[in-house]
Amino acid sequence: MKFTLSWLKSHLETDATLDEITYALTDLGLEVEGVEDRGAALAAFTIGYVESAEKHPDADRLQVCQVQTDEGLKQIICGAPNARQGITVVVAKPGVYVPGIDTTIGVGKIRGIESYGMMASEREMELSEEHDGIIELPSGEVGQSFTDWLAQNDPAKVDPVIEIAITPNRPDALGVRGIARDLAARGLGTLKPSTVDLVEAAFESDIKVTIDEDTLDGCPLFCGRLIKGVKNGPSPAWLQDRLRAIGLRPISFLVDVTNFFTYDLNRPLHVFDADKVAGNLRVHRAAGGEVITALDDKDYTLQAGQMVISDDNGVESIAGIMGGSASGCTAETVNVFVESAYWDPVQIAYAGRALKINSDARYRFERGVDPSFTPEGLEHAVRMIVDHAGGEASAPVYAGAVPDTARAYKLDAARVQSLVGMEIPESQQRQTLTALGFRLDGDMAYVPSWRPDVQGEADLVEEVARMASLTKLQGKPLPRLTPGVPRPVMTPRQRREQIARRTTAALGYNELVTYSFIDQASAALFGGGDDLTRLENPISSDMSHMRPALLPGLLAAAARNQARGFADLAFFEVGPAFHGGEPGEQHSLVSGLLVGRTGPKDVHGAARPVDIYDVKADAEAVLAAMGAPAKVQIMRGAADWWHPGRHGKICLGPKKVLGVFGEVHPRILAAMDVKGPAMAFTLWPDEIPMPRKTGASKGALTISDLQAVERDFAFVVDADVEALTLVNAAQGADKALIEDVRVFDEFIGGTLGEGKKSLAITVRLQPTDKTLKEADIEAVSAKVVEKVTKATGGTLRG
Amino acid sequence: MDDLKQKYLGQIANAADEAALEDIRVTAVGKKGEVALKMRELGKMTPEERQVAGPALNALKDEINSALAAKKAALGDAALDERLRSEWLDVSLPGRTRRVGTIHPISQVTEEVTAIFGELGFASAEGPRIDTDWYNFDALNIPGHHPARAEMDTFYMHRAEGDDRAPNVLRTHTSPVQIRTMEAEGAPLRIICPGGVYRADYDQTHTPMFHQIEGLAIDKDISMANLKWVLEEFFAAFFEVDTIKTRFRASHFPFTEPSAEVDIQCSWENGTVKVGEGDDWLEVLGSGMVHPKVLQAGGIDPNDWQGFAFGMGIDRIAMLKYGIPDLRAFFDSDLRWLRHYGFASLDVPTLHGGLSR
Repeated sequence: MKFTLSWLKSHLETDATLDEITYALTDLGLEVEGVEDRGAALAAFTIGYVESAEKHPDADRLQVCQVQTDEGLKQIICGAPNARQGITVVVAKPGVYVPGIDTTIGVGKIRGIESYGMMASEREMELSEEHDGIIELPSGEVGQSFTDWLAQNDPAKVDPVIEIAITPNRPDALGVRGIARDLAARGLGTLKPSTVDLVEAAFESDIKVTIDEDTLDGCPLFCGRLIKGVKNGPSPAWLQDRLRAIGLRPISFLVDVTNFFTYDLNRPLHVFDADKVAGNLRVHRAAGGEVITALDDKDYTLQAGQMVISDDNGVESIAGIMGGSASGCTAETVNVFVESAYWDPVQIAYAGRALKINSDARYRFERGVDPSFTPEGLEHAVRMIVDHAGGEASAPVYAGAVPDTARAYKLDAARVQSLVGMEIPESQQRQTLTALGFRLDGDMAYVPSWRPDVQGEADLVEEVARMASLTKLQGKPLPRLTPGVPRPVMTPRQRREQIARRTTAALGYNELVTYSFIDQASAALFGGGDDLTRLENPISSDMSHMRPALLPGLLAAAARNQARGFADLAFFEVGPAFHGGEPGEQHSLVSGLLVGRTGPKDVHGAARPVDIYDVKADAEAVLAAMGAPAKVQIMRGAADWWHPGRHGKICLGPKKVLGVFGEVHPRILAAMDVKGPAMAFTLWPDEIPMPRKTGASKGALTISDLQAVERDFAFVVDADVEALTLVNAAQGADKALIEDVRVFDEFIGGTLGEGKKSLAITVRLQPTDKTLKEADIEAVSAKVVEKVTKATGGTLRG
Repeated sequence: MDDLKQKYLGQIANAADEAALEDIRVTAVGKKGEVALKMRELGKMTPEERQVAGPALNALKDEINSALAAKKAALGDAALDERLRSEWLDVSLPGRTRRVGTIHPISQVTEEVTAIFGELGFASAEGPRIDTDWYNFDALNIPGHHPARAEMDTFYMHRAEGDDRAPNVLRTHTSPVQIRTMEAEGAPLRIICPGGVYRADYDQTHTPMFHQIEGLAIDKDISMANLKWVLEEFFAAFFEVDTIKTRFRASHFPFTEPSAEVDIQCSWENGTVKVGEGDDWLEVLGSGMVHPKVLQAGGIDPNDWQGFAFGMGIDRIAMLKYGIPDLRAFFDSDLRWLRHYGFASLDVPTLHGGLSR
């Protein structure tokens, strides 16, 4: 919402400065977004008088002028064709910034003669595009501020333009008068009375208006007057100036009047060219499918139920949103029918949204204009039209009645203290509300018709506190619900995610936060991309579906970084993935991705390409940190974006998958432009069983003083036998005695022959009651060989 | 006897290596060595002679053995020194590289904020990112026709043909978590709701996903004055300054009444903002007293309870605190950015140790 200072002052009698006004506006909740103060930019320019002008001895086009200024007679060299003796000019002395040429004036020599300033043109001061010569003023005293002179003689040129943001609850502030009322209530002046001198009715209107029964809830009141014999044309300069200042283009007087009152009094109006209206006007609901060409010259197809105004020719106006071009006013209009109606905010909001029309009228009606002001708003417009464009007005035509919005709420003076925490005397509270237009009757406050937002006692508190200024609020400590040392505040899931995040970062991964929505193709690669997770209005096709997994985001990030020349990457993300479009159809994931080598090429030869045992170790470390049991199964058969032979599911039983690690399928890498191979893991933190909380005790530690013994075995098995099978078999040989079984070597092929491999294990025996004798060790060893042979079909390697 | 001693001690001192030393040992104190031979002669001596010669021979043997041991140790040291002299490595070569991971600023700042509000007695609450139209709007006193709906640039989920329910939305704020927590826990209540939110906006200063932290306190006698105290305490702790001034300005949000925009004190120097000093103000937060209709929607009786709510951008306060210029880069995953603006895995923010290094 834009307005000028002088426009504001047409409603507000005030001595407040521009700064005081803008500060108050922001403090009142009418946040100032910008002030364009052209006068301030010209404050240093003063008026001078050219005493004499002589041709420059070394330049034909330059004049050496002696100019009388507030600092005495100054010599100024000037190249303007109109520079001559006896004119009153505008002078920029040395040190003055000239906005139009973006230069600060200095003392200079022009062709050998010194010059102490500049005489300015309109363009140089950004007053207009005029640059044919320097300004010649018809009046003005030497030394007078040019800004002051403009304020007296051409005020529009220095009228500051203020732009404020209007929150949706304040439709009344969409009119300059409403803003003035707030400022007056704050104490920045007095609100000038607003009266209108009614134009006498000269005849009965030819055009009658009816509202269909089923439309009265959307249009309870329609007022109009027919004015005959107007002379349309350009608006008077003051009106054009105001509209231009706030960024509106003057069109013709009749149209400008409607725009003026829209901004001045928050009273949108419409003017029909009465000669283009066939018969009477009828307010009704569209049947659906009607097409109207609106004033923006676009065609709109109406939906059933939307409110319209029709005549015998059909639909002439989209009610409360935009008029039709067929019956609109033009420069030739001589008979005009002025409409002032009240439209229901909800119905206008839905219709405006459906039709995708953003007009000043819709903007105001959907926030709520003052219904009671509908008839008077019409009279303001009729008075202005008749005064300027002549003609005679009909008697008013009314349909419907002013809707009853009367309501009152109890003013509980203590409520301000309890809700806001500010002490404001009751008398001041009552005074504030009265100034805002509330009517106080005992302790009941009657809400003015222009404040649809006030719907309860809390709103009265808000008005009082707002006017008193929230800057006066003093902080007051808020005690905790329970005193003493605060208890942990994170949910178990947050805690788990935090541990996963910190552990993965400690393992050398960089944490990413990527968008929750990805492109359909990438989503489809990971089991998503269906309609359930599709956004209806994505911001781009790259962000059309909720991500089914974190890996696509990590892979896309890897591709981008590879393109920037980074080959060795370790990325992870902790966050939600989505398996449906309903609340709760999301699950928490931890995913890590390794591509390239373990590090840059180095002198130690330590760097090597990453492989699945890197991500396996990392996945296990993160799971362990999150509290997963140590005893897990490694199974195959995860989703098809993993390399079929190079991945493992980390499970507690066949249905309880805690995580997957492995190599990403090359087909996926190709589709996502990632140079592979790529290793990854995904963990499901919520799948890890919550520990049965029995206190923080770790239990007693039992350690044996007896010496442990290690024995190595090598078995030849079929190449597809998994090491874990062998380890588990060995472990089963004597669960009490065998503390640990480790694989320490794998050898494939060679002398073993095709399809065979050798797996070597170390078995650690830890006795607990007596020292092991050689015979005991032999016995366990035999058992190990037997178990392994039985489980794997392998043989002890000789 | 002195001759023997002189001879062998001299030989030991001159021995060049361990082999020579061994030869000397055998010759001198071996089983058939010279000292042993002398020992044998003891039998032929008179008891008086034996009493003198016996201890003298034992002493000689001990002395030679000690000298041998000492020389052996000396030779060992010399050999080790000699070996180590050849074992020279270029210590200016780099050590084995180790990957260094980082924590994203959003995670770090979320933890910082959680630590501070935890101290102030606010528990952390979570909720779904896709939510119903009711939780995201209606329950927050934003009915279907409300202009705020259009202004929020909401992302809607697709609805199947024939499904006439209002489409679900990507939450435009974390306020639905407030409603869900009120429903689940009732009053009194002190919570913060951190998390990702979505709005269909993408330009220099907006990304379609960003992060918010909202706070909610409900009790019998909470006022806006308490809100101001909580926020000033929070900002001072978060920006790690002694005190920070806030300025409350009247505003409007459908879910609070009265409502206030909150500015924090700052200064601008060469285009860089410094928080907690100076005469300028920076808008960082929206807040107010919870609207009675919102309490009702959460199943809390507004006649008995009242409270405040506030919300701010995690990404935004992260940018302010850590001098990160561009919001869009948060989600771009540029390795250089992650390394520069990321945090060490062990930099867990705590109030006792300090939030940042």
